Amino acid sequence: MEAKASILSRIYHFYLDGFRSMTLGKTLWLIIFIKLFIMFFVLKLFFFKDHLSQNTQNEHEKPAFVLDHLTQ
Amino acid sequence: MEAFDLSLINWSRAQFALTAIYHWLFVPLTLGITFLIAIMETIYYKTGKEEWKKMTQFWMTVFGINFAIGVATGIILEFEFGTNWSYYSWFVGDIFGAPLAIEGIMAFFMESTFIAIMFFGWSKVSKGFHLTATWLTAVGSNLSALWILVANGWMQNPVGMQFNPETVRNEMVNFWDVLFNPNAINKFVHTLYSSYTLAALFVIGISAWYLLKNREHIFARKSIIVASIFGLIFSLATVYTGDESAREVAKSQPMKFAAMEGLYQGGTNAPLVAAGIMVNDNESDAIHNKKKLIASVEIPNMLSYMIYLKGGEFIPGIHDLVHGNEAFGIMSASEKIERGTVAKNTLNNYKLAVKEGNTAKADSLKAQFYDPAFTKDYFKYFGYSYFTNPHDLVPNVPLNFYSFHIMVALGFWFILLFTLTLWLSLKNRIADWRWLLRAAIISMPLAYVASEAGWLVAEFGRQPWIIQDLMPTMAAASNLNSNMVQATFWIFFLTFTVLLIAEIKIMTKQIKQGPNHGGH
Repeated sequence: MEAKASILSRIYHFYLDGFRSMTLGKTLWLIIFIKLFIMFFVLKLFFFKDHLSQNTQNEHEKPAFVLDHLTQ
Repeated sequence: MEAFDLSLINWSRAQFALTAIYHWLFVPLTLGITFLIAIMETIYYKTGKEEWKKMTQFWMTVFGINFAIGVATGIILEFEFGTNWSYYSWFVGDIFGAPLAIEGIMAFFMESTFIAIMFFGWSKVSKGFHLTATWLTAVGSNLSALWILVANGWMQNPVGMQFNPETVRNEMVNFWDVLFNPNAINKFVHTLYSSYTLAALFVIGISAWYLLKNREHIFARKSIIVASIFGLIFSLATVYTGDESAREVAKSQPMKFAAMEGLYQGGTNAPLVAAGIMVNDNESDAIHNKKKLIASVEIPNMLSYMIYLKGGEFIPGIHDLVHGNEAFGIMSASEKIERGTVAKNTLNNYKLAVKEGNTAKADSLKAQFYDPAFTKDYFKYFGYSYFTNPHDLVPNVPLNFYSFHIMVALGFWFILLFTLTLWLSLKNRIADWRWLLRAAIISMPLAYVASEAGWLVAEFGRQPWIIQDLMPTMAAASNLNSNMVQATFWIFFLTFTVLLIAEIKIMTKQIKQGPNHGGH
């Protein structure tokens, strides 16, 4: 158990020290977070809704909805 | 065809193309530069010389910038599948979902773990462990590409599936057929090798800039040697795999191949067009918007040799594929439309039988889709049922012709460039060849042009299909508000442009600081 905790602690400190010692990496991470925010909290929430889920009540209705479209 | 909103479809396509093109600006460099870094670190591991460690760390920083700006841009494509291409996403079922899920898991676990060791582990883990992590980052990123290209290969040549009218999905029946689809394998190796070529040109271009500025001579010359060897091997391999890929396209997507070659009238002695200019052919009414080649450089009879490795074999042109050619067993597009309509009517009758509660009839109609003869004679042409005019089956010929020929021409230029840079670097004379150094810098954006041109051929050549012969692009698009798609297109355009400027600025600053600056 102690050995397990030690490995987890070493992994934790490996990442912690790595992030702390970053220079250019800090700017890059900032860009990554801004990008992820735009993607998931702007685009996904407001623009990219699941079209089939929006037009059907449940999973069972989806095949019929698609079939109607494909055979129109 | 009239039932579909073409404005919406075109905006959805434009949006997807913009996202894919932008995403592809980052991917090939990642695929290739990780191997170059691994090779440099291996030399450091073997020799213990600090200059190789410094080189490894500098190119790792460049890779890190490219990776950070490009990471997760592919997720937007997955958003678009669910929103803009929902019918397609449903229709492809687990065939598309499974490879993408494997890719996501592999990318997350392999890349995130080993990249962290690459960047944070220099003084924390042993040299051997660090080197292993670097190689695994390279292998992991390349394996991620495999799954994406398997999914894409299936769109070009659908295999290993069975259509189920009850779920309205293509269900995977043979994973190995999907994985080892010749189209997917050819696409995978061709894409990887061309990406290695791009990465080598990137390293040579930046190193050439240092030499022009009279800086970092040893670093630049050694980087050029490693990248030139790597680039020369894989640019030659790109030619070989491109040839294999063209052979596969000629068999599974003959219309795309004819468009790439600008071949309207097929024959047993079809020439290979090395170069040419396409203009409108106003005299012809056999094919709508037909073009003709002027000032072309042609190699007589070469197409048969290229595709079948022997002369005298028939290569169909666009005219043959639209109007049919009985003598060579080529079915006309009208016949395919009729067969596809039979499949669609059967599916429609199945739908009505289910709605009426006529289980016996529904089961009987469903069984037809599991009959190999029905699949081969009718369902195979299902997508043709959406067309009334056979001429709508012809892709944009000039776009395919020029994209293909630009890609090929640049490929041969890169081989020459690698040969020269390698030879002159080994002779330690490269710094004197200023024009070659300038050409190497100019070749960096040209590598991206070639890479994107390859994708244009792959994706525009497939049109009007999203899944070859099974689903046209127009039937795949969701019925959204066209203005909403336009709005997101411009949001993407702005976001991507800002990100690209950010990358170029950060990258330029880092390159100007040079390999002695250090720090990640």
